[in-house]
Amino acid sequence: MTVPPVLRLEAVRQQYPNGLVALDRISFEVAKSEVVAVVGPSGCGKSTLLRCVNGLEPIQSGTIALDGAIITGPGTAWSKVRQQIGLVFQNYELFPHLTVLGNLLLGPLKVQRAAKAEAQVKALALLDRVGLADRARDYPRQLSGGQKQRVAIIRALMMEPQVLLLDEITASLDPEMVREVLDVVLELAGEGMTMLIVTHEMSFARAIADRIIFIDAGRIAEQTTPEQFFTAPQTERARQFLNLFAFAPPPGHHETAGAAAVQTEESSATTSDSNSLELHE
Amino acid sequence: MPASGIEVLFEGRNLVRLLGGLWTSLWIALSAMAVSVVLGLPMGVLMTSRHRLVKLVLRIYLEAIRVLPQLVLLFVFYFDLTLVTGVNLSGELAALIVFALWGTAEMGDLVRGAISAIPRHQYQSAAALGLRPTQVQFHVVLPQSARRLLPLAVNLVTRMIKTTSLIVLIGVVEVLKVGQQIIDRNRFDFPDAALWVYATIFLLYFLVCFPISRLAQALERKLDL
Repeated sequence: MTVPPVLRLEAVRQQYPNGLVALDRISFEVAKSEVVAVVGPSGCGKSTLLRCVNGLEPIQSGTIALDGAIITGPGTAWSKVRQQIGLVFQNYELFPHLTVLGNLLLGPLKVQRAAKAEAQVKALALLDRVGLADRARDYPRQLSGGQKQRVAIIRALMMEPQVLLLDEITASLDPEMVREVLDVVLELAGEGMTMLIVTHEMSFARAIADRIIFIDAGRIAEQTTPEQFFTAPQTERARQFLNLFAFAPPPGHHETAGAAAVQTEESSATTSDSNSLELHE
Repeated sequence: MPASGIEVLFEGRNLVRLLGGLWTSLWIALSAMAVSVVLGLPMGVLMTSRHRLVKLVLRIYLEAIRVLPQLVLLFVFYFDLTLVTGVNLSGELAALIVFALWGTAEMGDLVRGAISAIPRHQYQSAAALGLRPTQVQFHVVLPQSARRLLPLAVNLVTRMIKTTSLIVLIGVVEVLKVGQQIIDRNRFDFPDAALWVYATIFLLYFLVCFPISRLAQALERKLDL
């Protein structure tokens, strides 16, 4: 018997009450330990996709299965499902009335009824791993954006999810803080964490993803390897999109649009090696 | 040289009587506030519910209480209620009821506002951890609302204390009424006593309300999220 994929989406369609179709005919799978990056223009439906997988937005048709079990449809025990699917938001969304430790413990203690001492040991170990061991008693407002986002990531990890959804987790950060957050994600990928990542950091997507899904206007326009996507995109829309991240070469230097170097918005350094991360230098 | 009138304050039990009047004001205001907190909390929570009818009824209650001057409410409960039903409320009780009705409405609206001010993403990030809706309310929404609410509720206390000056008009002998009695008693011997008596009343209100309003400010700073 084959192992079912951690996530399987089939013909997912999501329509907002105002009639706007956010997602249409979305089908893909995420295998265990696979890292899939979802990219695409603003408003293309990427974030909605993650919110649907987590049940924060209802879908109108199609199915989403977690570990082979369908989680869409009536009677889904979302409280159980969401423990298996961690979600990290763009704006961290830590609980401001709780300390860092309180944020980390809320889920395990209230949802999983874990023993406090054990959960605390686990929380402190995770904090130590992301370099925040000394901030356990601080409140979120005392942390920088990058620190908050690292706390948000390990808050999701506290529940020991099967898959982690990351929704533009660096989009609200100052450039110099992006790296510290992405390093944590890279490390998780190295340990075999299954992840579905929505991002605008193209060089990051290229470095971390096993597969790129390009969504345009609510549909999957392209689904391929990072290498293929960033060097030879198959669709015109993907080429146009990637060009947004490339800057015009100075006079005298000519590059063809299709082979344009992929760069992050803030960076002027080109990425020559697909495995190197050259963010914001 | 004519007497300044300040001596009136220290004559007989006048100062003690003024303090007694102040106590009457405070007693009514604080009891009404206690009732308002107890009833206003569930009212505010209900005002954020999805139940249309419940929301409508509470909204009508809130607006009705708000458009009526407190004085009108006092007259309704003190005079009209007796005329219509024959029930004869004491001035104190009528005042307590009116202030509790008003305070509950205001408190309910403050609670509603505090809950509505919690960003939608807070609910979602709690739900994403697997918390059930009641757990989200209990562990995330209400604690944060309480922080926003506390300074506003403390402010409501000072508003209530100040508004108790109206209840003199339904015959309750509170601090203002005691002051007027002292002034009337001494009108011929000390025509300028009014100045001192009112100044004392001013001071008494200030001594009570100023610390409370400073407390509200301090809470606002301390609980700033």
